[in-house]
Amino acid sequence: MSATQAAPMPGRLALFWRSFAENRGAVVGLALMCILITVSALADVLALHSPVEQFREHFLIPPIWQEGGLWDYPLGTDDVGRDMLSRLIYGARLSIIIGFSVASLALITGTTLGLTAAFAGGVVDIFIMRLMDILLVFPSLLLAIVIVAILGPGLFNAMLAVVVVTLPGYTRLARASALAELARDYVTASRSAGARTFRLMFDTVLPNCLAPLIVQVSLGFAVAILDAAALGFLGLGAQPPTPEWGTMLSGALQFYQRAWWVLALPGLAILFTVLAFNLVGDGLRDALDPKLKR
Amino acid sequence: MLRFLLGRVALIVPTFVGVTFLAFLLIHLVPGDPIEARVGEHGISEERLAELRHEFGYDQPMWKQFVDYEAQVLKGDFGVSVVTREPVIKEFATLFPATIELSLAAILFAAVFGLPLGVIAAVKRGSAFDYGLMGLSVTGASMPIFWWGLMMILIFSVTLGITPVSGRISDAFFVEPWSGFMTIDCNWSDDEGACRSAWSHIVLPMIVLGTIPLAIIARMTRSSMLEVLNEDYVRTARAKGLSGMRVVIVHALRNALIPVVTVIGLSVSGLLGGAILTETIFSWPGVGHWLVESIARRDYPVLQTGTLLIAVLVILVNLGVDLLYGFLNPRIRR
Repeated sequence: MSATQAAPMPGRLALFWRSFAENRGAVVGLALMCILITVSALADVLALHSPVEQFREHFLIPPIWQEGGLWDYPLGTDDVGRDMLSRLIYGARLSIIIGFSVASLALITGTTLGLTAAFAGGVVDIFIMRLMDILLVFPSLLLAIVIVAILGPGLFNAMLAVVVVTLPGYTRLARASALAELARDYVTASRSAGARTFRLMFDTVLPNCLAPLIVQVSLGFAVAILDAAALGFLGLGAQPPTPEWGTMLSGALQFYQRAWWVLALPGLAILFTVLAFNLVGDGLRDALDPKLKR
Repeated sequence: MLRFLLGRVALIVPTFVGVTFLAFLLIHLVPGDPIEARVGEHGISEERLAELRHEFGYDQPMWKQFVDYEAQVLKGDFGVSVVTREPVIKEFATLFPATIELSLAAILFAAVFGLPLGVIAAVKRGSAFDYGLMGLSVTGASMPIFWWGLMMILIFSVTLGITPVSGRISDAFFVEPWSGFMTIDCNWSDDEGACRSAWSHIVLPMIVLGTIPLAIIARMTRSSMLEVLNEDYVRTARAKGLSGMRVVIVHALRNALIPVVTVIGLSVSGLLGGAILTETIFSWPGVGHWLVESIARRDYPVLQTGTLLIAVLVILVNLGVDLLYGFLNPRIRR
């Protein structure tokens, strides 16, 4: 490839960035997201203590700026003397892992189902889409709760439940964009050139359906983290002493009169994380999907 | 119009069958069976176990159980709780008004504040108010409401002591259930202050459950208004010399409302999901709280039926929104 041909590539990226950066909220979200990812990658270095180690003599120590705070525990300790900051840091890692696993599994499964529905048509299409409609009838949190109640509480099952409840979104999106692409000439050209269905689906059509799916993944990250935390809060997700933010909150209920930090901090962490991914999702939508632009 | 109506109604039949099948399937995916799951740890005799299984029909073949189940559901028989032995539908019916009251209050709260805020943001597009509101709205939409509820309790109940922590009304009052809505029924109470108590109990859960809808409504109203404000008929109205207020309220808002109303209607499902968390935090005696408790008690028939009834409710509301939308917007009637 000669230099003149390669030149437009950075131009496209720069164009994308300009469009993305126009949305100031999205830039803030991206910054938050980078901080979160860095923190979770460096959790072992940043955390002062193990997230599950109990310092029994130092339970419910307030954060450093309050009277009685200790430098050893900058954000205080919980009811059994575990360091809040370390738990929050490892919680960030866990949340990123949850968001990533759930969103990618839902994306892969949902896209495959959606493309299959679009390409196969007929009974297969009806079957898949009806199934998605049925899943959508249940309030997503309720369906997730029921699934976990059946599979048994735990982080893995909670994540699986969230995959199931977020699946319809990806499936519908993939099917709709694939159907729009299928009518285009390049697909017909590729088909008449002898491309097999599998190749048509994933190699020819899928790359052109990616924009809305990328937006959906960013928003899906947010939903996954929020729902997994809600399940944790209800005692159905990650089990103690796992430093999952929602699970931390469910244990904190009884201390709210004495120790606000045990209650306030994990929730703030959830809020900022979900907010970051939602902001980035909005920015991506503005940048990638000109149709939806204001 | 009749054709449109019948078409939409016919479409929900397969969804309904699918939903009942899923609800039926859920209970059979429980490891062992619901009876074993419930009494497993108590170590009862095999004979008694078989007896219980027979009593609840779990010894029949799968397909027969499903056909029986479907027939029962259509007759309005939803089985009995394995814990209380009460018909599940009866328990549901007693608790349901509390959930509806809370959800309606939340959606009203969201609409009353969300609509004007969205309109103002659209009219003052690009102002500090607009940016501030949109920032708050994306934050609100990202809110983990279970935590938000706890913070509200921490601030308003524990620190300031101005609202009660849980329940629908203080035990000091007796209120004859008439509509099932405590804030309405309290008006017929002989005790002074019953209404005050009822309202002070509902205010926090209402705000907590209404936060996400509020954020969404404000945002939707804003973008919908922005679109409409650019339309020719709005320009015409302005050109006629009508006052700014009149143009915004009468000409623009009326048309901007259609998508907003649809979004409100379609958010029922999410609202009921949020109600589960809100009811759990505030010990609000509704179906959400009841369902979560049924998990701890391993009362699977309750979980199954409660889920099914909520799904049916969502189907009906969606159908209603669909029909209303077709009624408001003749173009989509095919």
